[in-house]
Amino acid sequence: MSVAGRPLPERIPAERTPGVEVEESRAGVVSYTVGFGFAVILTVMSFVVAQTDLLWAPGIAVGLVVLAFAQIGVHLVFFLHMGTGSDNTNNILALTYGVWIVFLVLTGSCWIMVNLSANML
Amino acid sequence: MTVTAIDAAPLPPEALNPGPAPTRTVVAYGFWIFLLSDIIMFSGLFAAYAVLWQHTAGGPTGRELFDLPNVFIETACLLLSSYTCGLAALSAEHRQAGRFYLLEAMTFVLGAAFLFIEFSEFAGMVAKGAGPSRSAFLSAFFTLVGMHGAHVTSGLLLLLYMVAQVAAKGFRPHVLRRLLCFSLFWHALDIIWVGVFTLVYLIGAR
Repeated sequence: MSVAGRPLPERIPAERTPGVEVEESRAGVVSYTVGFGFAVILTVMSFVVAQTDLLWAPGIAVGLVVLAFAQIGVHLVFFLHMGTGSDNTNNILALTYGVWIVFLVLTGSCWIMVNLSANML
Repeated sequence: MTVTAIDAAPLPPEALNPGPAPTRTVVAYGFWIFLLSDIIMFSGLFAAYAVLWQHTAGGPTGRELFDLPNVFIETACLLLSSYTCGLAALSAEHRQAGRFYLLEAMTFVLGAAFLFIEFSEFAGMVAKGAGPSRSAFLSAFFTLVGMHGAHVTSGLLLLLYMVAQVAAKGFRPHVLRRLLCFSLFWHALDIIWVGVFTLVYLIGAR
């Protein structure tokens, strides 16, 4: 949408005074309940998969990690409200950077230390 | 006046500049940066545990020590407390004081129950001679899980402090922003616990 050749910003702030609190409609009870339901299902699945032979035994660890990632995603979306809203862009960028650092620390440490113990012990 | 005339009218200057974000958004962003740096600190402890978990030095292994039904109750407590904490944040938004106090009380009780179970697990392990000085595995275990427990403890203290602020000052905007930070903190603890129960307990007990 553009006016007189200039693009309009998505949020038209003329009705909003900068710096003044605006009560934004927050995620409702339904959203928390749905998130809680998903989290319960994923938690129960994790404990069941770990203690039975429902999954092919060598694949259980991978399955558990996948379930954990799914549950972390559910928590981020339903409890921490990481969405696609325009207010959320910076939060998502920071999250992406955080995930990258966590990945580097975890895989880097394991990679180096496994090599070290294979070569030196 | 035609439509073209309206379209050609000069825009007010504030229409082109969205202006600063609401304080609430900025505060939540700053706190989110803190939470991410906290999670990065935890990733170091997770990495140490992943490297050391098989170095039991002839001592007890996770399979011998971990009691999964116990861990399941702990997980249920923390997950439920996350849910009640979210509902409490909602009732604060809607200025429902009674509901808010009730839900925060439930959050506190569930968090305290989690800590109690964790503490009795630790005490039982130390009594069995499986304390943090027994092996590299146990050092890493107590550091990682204990650090999460320390965070839950500070979360409980923060909860008491926030409830006291609401009681003293009511639902003022700055109190609501602090409440938002508290509930972000509490939900983040639950996210870290997902990593702990998966990597430490479920994979470690196999």
